Amino acid sequence: MKLIVSALLITAAAVAVAAAPVARVSDAAISASTFPAALSEFGFFADGSGQHPAAGVTPYRLNTPLWSDGAEKLRFVYLPAGAKARAQGEGLLDLPIGAALIKTFKFGNQLIETRVLLHRADGWLALPYQWNAAQTEARLVLAGARVPVITPAGVVISYAIPNKNQCKECHALSGAVTPIGPKARNLSASWLTALYRAGKLDAVPAVARRLPLWETRDKAPLANAARGYLDANCAHCHNPRSSASNSGLDLRWEQADPARFGINKRPVAAGRGSGNLDFDIVPGDPEHSILLYRMGSLEGGISMPEVGRSSLDPDGLDIVKRWVKGMKP
Amino acid sequence: MRNAPRTIGAALLLCAALPLHAKTIEVAAGDGAQQRLQEALILAQPGDVVKLTAGRFFLSDGLSLDVNGVSVRGAGMEATVLDFSGQQGAGEGLLVTSDDVTLRDFAVENSKGDGIKSKGADRIVYYRVRVEWTGGPKETNGAYGIYPVESTGVLIDGCKISGASDAGIYVGQSKDITVRYSVAESNVAGIEIENSRNALVMGNLATRNTGGILVFDLPNLPVMGGGNTVIENNLVVSNDTPNFAPKGNIVAGVLRGTGVLIMANDKVLVRDNVLSDNGTAQIMVVAYTNKFTDKTYNPYPRHVVIGANRVIGGGNDPQLPGGEQLKAAFGGALPPVLWDGLGGPDALTVTSPIAAMSLNLPRQGAGAEEAKPALVKSAPLRAALLPSGVGAPAALEARIGA
Repeated sequence: MKLIVSALLITAAAVAVAAAPVARVSDAAISASTFPAALSEFGFFADGSGQHPAAGVTPYRLNTPLWSDGAEKLRFVYLPAGAKARAQGEGLLDLPIGAALIKTFKFGNQLIETRVLLHRADGWLALPYQWNAAQTEARLVLAGARVPVITPAGVVISYAIPNKNQCKECHALSGAVTPIGPKARNLSASWLTALYRAGKLDAVPAVARRLPLWETRDKAPLANAARGYLDANCAHCHNPRSSASNSGLDLRWEQADPARFGINKRPVAAGRGSGNLDFDIVPGDPEHSILLYRMGSLEGGISMPEVGRSSLDPDGLDIVKRWVKGMKP
Repeated sequence: MRNAPRTIGAALLLCAALPLHAKTIEVAAGDGAQQRLQEALILAQPGDVVKLTAGRFFLSDGLSLDVNGVSVRGAGMEATVLDFSGQQGAGEGLLVTSDDVTLRDFAVENSKGDGIKSKGADRIVYYRVRVEWTGGPKETNGAYGIYPVESTGVLIDGCKISGASDAGIYVGQSKDITVRYSVAESNVAGIEIENSRNALVMGNLATRNTGGILVFDLPNLPVMGGGNTVIENNLVVSNDTPNFAPKGNIVAGVLRGTGVLIMANDKVLVRDNVLSDNGTAQIMVVAYTNKFTDKTYNPYPRHVVIGANRVIGGGNDPQLPGGEQLKAAFGGALPPVLWDGLGGPDALTVTSPIAAMSLNLPRQGAGAEEAKPALVKSAPLRAALLPSGVGAPAALEARIGA
C-alpha cells in the first residue's frame, strides 16, 4: 500500500512540475480506523512543501481567523468525489463523512505543522503533523511538540504543536470533535458561491451579519470587530457546550446577553487568572477587565487562550481594549 | 458496525464494560517523559492501566486523558511525582475529560494553573493522590488542587492537597460526590463544594487553611441549585492561614479562621465533626453577599442543620468588622456558630446545645455595621430537614481495593 502511495506521490510530483496537478487524495487514509503516520499518506497536496493542493482540495480563508502567534495559516477543505457540503444557515457547514479540513501553520518560509480534521464514520478526528526540517514530509505527533520559532513580530517563542487531546479541547462540542472555522458567517459570500457553483455545496447560505474581514476591521463597527475576534479566538471553548462551559462565560458571536459575554460578570474558577480584578468586563475600563488581563498575559494559569498562543496579539488586544473602553459605564 | 449481528454487538459491549484484553502500559520517568506519558495517555484503550514508575517526571506542558475507563497508577504519592515546575502551557497539570477514570498513587507538584482537573468526567476516582505547591501558600500558586467539575459520580479518597490559592479540593457543578479521608492543608479553602448536590464530606482533616470546609452556590453558572450535603466526622482544626487568594475570586472573601462555611445552599447537615481553634467562627452560615442579576439564584442558606459537634476553643480572633467588640460582648470568644440571620425561619436549625449567634442582618448584602447580634435557640431536629441519598455510587469503591 505504502509503495503505491509513494508511487502516486512521485507521479504527482512529476506532474506538478508540469503544472497540471492530478494528485489524488486517499479516501482510504481519511476513513480508515488508524492514524496515518505521515501527512503524505492522505495525498492532500500535489506539492506539500509548496502547499499546492491536490484535486478536490479547495483553499479557503476565514474573515476573522484564530490568531496563533502570527503564523500564516493555509486552510483547505477536501470533499470526496460526488459529495456535497450542506449549508446550515449562518453556522458551520455540514461536511459529509469522508471530508477533511487541512490547516498548515507557516512562519516565514518554514512550514511548522499541518493539522487535519477527518470526518470518519464514527465522527471527526483531529491529528497534528509536524514538518521536517527539509520540508519534505510532515510526521504525526500524537503527543504534540515544541518548536523554537521567531514570530513575524520578531519574538522568539517555544511554539507549541498541540497534542491530539489538545486539538479536542478546542474542537469539542458536547464532548464530540467538531470543526470550528468554516461557519457561513465567517466565510465570504463569493467563496460560498464558488463552492456552490462547483457543485460542492447544496445552497448558498443567507447570512445577515458576517464577521468583519480582519484586515479591514477598522471599517466595521467596533463592536463587530471585537465580538468577531472573541468569537474566533475564544468561543470554541467559551460556549455552553464546550470546555469552558463551567465558567459561565459565553463569547459566541450570537450571544446577546451582556452578563453572559462578560459585562459585570464575576469570575468563577479563575484562580490567579482574576488578576485581583472583580469582573470579566468593566464597561469603559479595560484596565480593570479580567478579559484583557488574561489576553495580555503569557503566564500559564493566567493567559488565555490556554493553548495555541505563546506570544501576545497586539491587534487583538487593541480591538478588544477599544471596544471595552468605548462602552458606557 | 451498524450492520453487525446483534450478538457481536453485545459481546463488544461486554468488552467495554469488562475489558478482556486490558493491558498495562508502563511509563518510566526520565528523558522525553512529556511525550512518552502523553502518548501513552492518548493510545490507552478502555480498561488499560497507565502505570507510572517511581521517580520524578519533569513535564513541560499540561497532560490530558480523554479515553474512558483508564486507570493512571503510580507507585505512591511520595514515590511518583509529576513535576510541573517547568510547565510552559495549559491551564492545569493533568486534565481528564473521559468517564470512569481512576487516578491513584501519584503526586502532582507545582502546576502553573490547577493541579488535576476533571471536566464532564463521570464516575471518577481520585485515590491517594497528592497535589502540592511546594513553596507553601502563595498567591501565584495554582487555583485548585483536585478539581472535578460538571461530573456525576466523584470519589476522592485518601488524597492530600496543599498550597492551592483557591481550594485544595474543589468539586463544582457536580453531583453524587464523596470526599473522604483526605488532608487539605495550607490552602485558601481546604475543601469546597460549589453548585453541587448530594455530597458527602467525611473523615477529612482540614487544617491551616484560611477556611476549612466550604459549601456554597454562586449565580450565573450552567448548574445551579446546590444542596443536599452532609459534612460529618471531619477534623477542622486551626484554619488560620491569612487569605492568599487573588482578589475577584469568591474565596478571597473567606475570613481567616473559618472552620465550616455554608453559603447560599439548601439542606446541609453538619454533625459529629471536631471543630478546633478556628478563630473567626467554627461554623458560619450566611447568604451570598454580592449583588446579582441571575433570577434563578437563591442567595440564602436554607434548611441548614447543625447537629452535635465537638467544639474546642475558637471564635477568639474574629476577623469580622467589629469583631473585637463582639468578642468582648460575648466574654472573650464568639459562639461557635455564626449566622448572618438571613434566609427565613427554616434557614438554620441548631439541634445540639452548641451556642449560636445571629447577626440579624436586615437584608442580603447588608454590612456588619447593621448587625443586631442575638443568640439563636436550639430546636428539635425534624427529619424533613435532613439530606438523603448523598455520596458517590458504591461501584466506585470497588476500584480502590488492592
